[in-house]
Amino acid sequence: MSATVVHTSAPAHHHYTTLGLDSRKVAIWAFIGSECMLFVSLISTYLIYKGRSVIGPLPHEAWTDPTTGQVFKPILNIPVTSASTFVLLMSSLFMVLALAAVQNKELPKRTRGERILGNSKLWLWMTAIAGTTFLGFQAYEFTSFVHEGLTIRRNLFGSTFFTLTGFHGAHVTAGVLWLVTLLAIDYRRGLTSKDSLLVDISALYWHFVDVIWIVIFTLVYLIK
Amino acid sequence: MATTAISTPAYGAEYHGEHTGLWSWLTTVDHKRIGILYLYTALGFFIFGGLEALLIRAQLGAPNQHLVSAEFYNQLFTMHGTTMIFLVIMPLSAVFFNFLIPLQIGARDVAFPRLNAFSYWVYLFGGLFITIPIFFAVAPNGGWFGYAPLTAKAYSPGLNIDFWVIGLQILGVSSLAAGFNFLTTIINLRAPGMTLMRMPMFTWMGFIVQVMIVLAFPVLTIALVFVLFDRFFGTNFYNTVTAGADPLLWQHLFWIFGHPEVYILVLPAFGLVSEVIPVYSKKPLFGYPVMVYSGILIAVLGFGVWAHHMFAVGMGPIADTFFGLTTMLIAIPTGVKIFNWIATMAQGALRFTTAMLFGISLVALFTIGGISGIMHSSPPADLQQTDTYFIVAHFHYVLFGGSMMGIFAGIYHYYPKMFGRLMDERLGKIHFWLMFIAMNLTFFPMHFSGMLGMPRRIYTYDAGQGWDLFNAMSTTGAMIFPIAMLFFIYNFFKSRKSGEIAGSNPWGAGTLEWTIPSPPPEYNFAKIPDVTSRYPLWEGKEADHQSARINVQENKTAHELGIVIPYGTIKPLFVALGMVIMFSGLIWTKALIAVGAATMIFSLYSWLLSPLEPEHH
Repeated sequence: MSATVVHTSAPAHHHYTTLGLDSRKVAIWAFIGSECMLFVSLISTYLIYKGRSVIGPLPHEAWTDPTTGQVFKPILNIPVTSASTFVLLMSSLFMVLALAAVQNKELPKRTRGERILGNSKLWLWMTAIAGTTFLGFQAYEFTSFVHEGLTIRRNLFGSTFFTLTGFHGAHVTAGVLWLVTLLAIDYRRGLTSKDSLLVDISALYWHFVDVIWIVIFTLVYLIK
Repeated sequence: MATTAISTPAYGAEYHGEHTGLWSWLTTVDHKRIGILYLYTALGFFIFGGLEALLIRAQLGAPNQHLVSAEFYNQLFTMHGTTMIFLVIMPLSAVFFNFLIPLQIGARDVAFPRLNAFSYWVYLFGGLFITIPIFFAVAPNGGWFGYAPLTAKAYSPGLNIDFWVIGLQILGVSSLAAGFNFLTTIINLRAPGMTLMRMPMFTWMGFIVQVMIVLAFPVLTIALVFVLFDRFFGTNFYNTVTAGADPLLWQHLFWIFGHPEVYILVLPAFGLVSEVIPVYSKKPLFGYPVMVYSGILIAVLGFGVWAHHMFAVGMGPIADTFFGLTTMLIAIPTGVKIFNWIATMAQGALRFTTAMLFGISLVALFTIGGISGIMHSSPPADLQQTDTYFIVAHFHYVLFGGSMMGIFAGIYHYYPKMFGRLMDERLGKIHFWLMFIAMNLTFFPMHFSGMLGMPRRIYTYDAGQGWDLFNAMSTTGAMIFPIAMLFFIYNFFKSRKSGEIAGSNPWGAGTLEWTIPSPPPEYNFAKIPDVTSRYPLWEGKEADHQSARINVQENKTAHELGIVIPYGTIKPLFVALGMVIMFSGLIWTKALIAVGAATMIFSLYSWLLSPLEPEHH
């Protein structure tokens, strides 16, 4: 069985594994399973408390302060968040291309298109930039919400919204750091097809964070 | 003493090679040594948590006593529960996960040796973080379950709850890291032929427990994050005064973690006993596949019974019925296990060693705890029993009678494998009988004081309510525990020095861990075994015997055998230390957060960018 192991990580020698997979690949799946429960807890709390805020601002409805008469518009800016969602979705595409570029590093590149597709640094950069752009959108969103009067302490919506999307943002941040680390390795010694696993597990994490955003975007932003 | 000591050379107390001294323990990544670190640390916390229990029992020994203040009493019962659950039973299970799982599946180490060291150091530092405050009378005081809104800043303004929230958050990291590690190890590092249905039952239960840890702890993490945010940032998750939040959210989240946690605490002991009973009955475990399936069923149902802790909050008849039924259902797979252990013993060649006595006592005592559990699975009955000493009696029969008795069975059974020498059986049996008597004398009368209406967690009580005698009995029983533990500790250290040399398989057991020398060499298996059966030493084919013959004799160094051993490294310790410093910055000063985070990130990168082991030549 060990003969069929395609060793994709840095150590040169073989370790026998039951599945023929590198243990890091098994572990990342276990980690993703665990992270699902983390986000399930956050999302459930958001949904349980949905519509229970006593005061505004509210996500989808206007709210008038009964004491001051001040009117708060519905706070979610769906067009802007759709744009940031699109950017994050594109980042998953770039991540796929980055992984393919590393896996096919040693294949001969004949055309300009093949050279571009085979440029791992380019696609890692694109992924990291897309992730950072998403974080920029989130920073803009959080800042503008605070200016409009929604803080984490203001009401149940504020508490649950900032905690849920903040946790997601923290995961994107960790993902960007991971990508930057891979880039540093690529610049220092060049990622080769032997390093596919390193990129593969970061890609699994990245796609997972992306999928979680799709759930959040649907449940928090799209469904009224 | 029914042991057959095989005259093999002593390998000495230390492992082979250059691994001696304090530095080697700080930098070790060997799963066996990490297991031993867990053992000493958890036994230390066991004594500490036991002393807290003794103070509680002394305070309750007679009506209207004031040995400790009411404020300190709250800290005592909170820390007793927190300590015993997170710092004693879970880590004592981790002792065996660490020491045994790689040996039982025929692996040279866990999947991620440095992550394993990290888990231990996080546990140690997190344990100290949550324990030390009691010396300054600022220990957590809201119960181990920390119900909202009592934990809100408005009702608990002191540092007590902060230590609890942050401490549990730290300990959760340790459990999760270990969970990923062991899950991966069991899935991916089994020796050729070690199919899932050939795995020893302890490894199976360990496997199920890791799945439960990986799925249950994130829920606790989030539940605690909400408490943390409520306390530090003024959010509204559990705070009823403002904004229409529901404090019951905490109870739901906490018990979605908390009930699986009960099985996380007890299944490892079930696994140990499933190793112990067959060996001293000289029979393979009865109904192995059913034992596996019932373990899985317990885990699945364990996620669907959480609200039986909440019957008293008034969830309505539909929810009460549903959770009452699922709770009754979970008794079926548990009962199956009990019957299978009994059937394993039936007509076996029984040897009543200390390990076996502890093992059988688990079967008996857990049954009592299980049956009282079925009693309060019925919501109307539960309304009479909840928050009384009846519940205290119930879960001590489950967690002491179940988990701790099983863990002691494991310690006596595996001590020779860990240290190469046998524990003294005569002292062991004194320890067993004292502990058995103490356990029953302490906890059985609590059924009665509870039925007579004595509430849990009360600081003292008036005479003349029919509780005096039962409390006096409980306190008398509790005072026997330290005597029992003195016998255990004396036996433990005496046997370490002068116990009989164990040999590779002193009990005539059948599983892989008994095919290698005691204590095992650092590489465990000179030759990765070929496995053809559940008990290679009992019923294996030629391939098993050949592996066993090689592995039992090898006393060469890893270098001589050409086996690559991971480097020792201090980096996991520093990552753990940095993380705990970072968390403690929430309590003291923000500068610590930066210092801790910097230490953690720097050490983490240094760890990840350095090779695990030498290049193979």
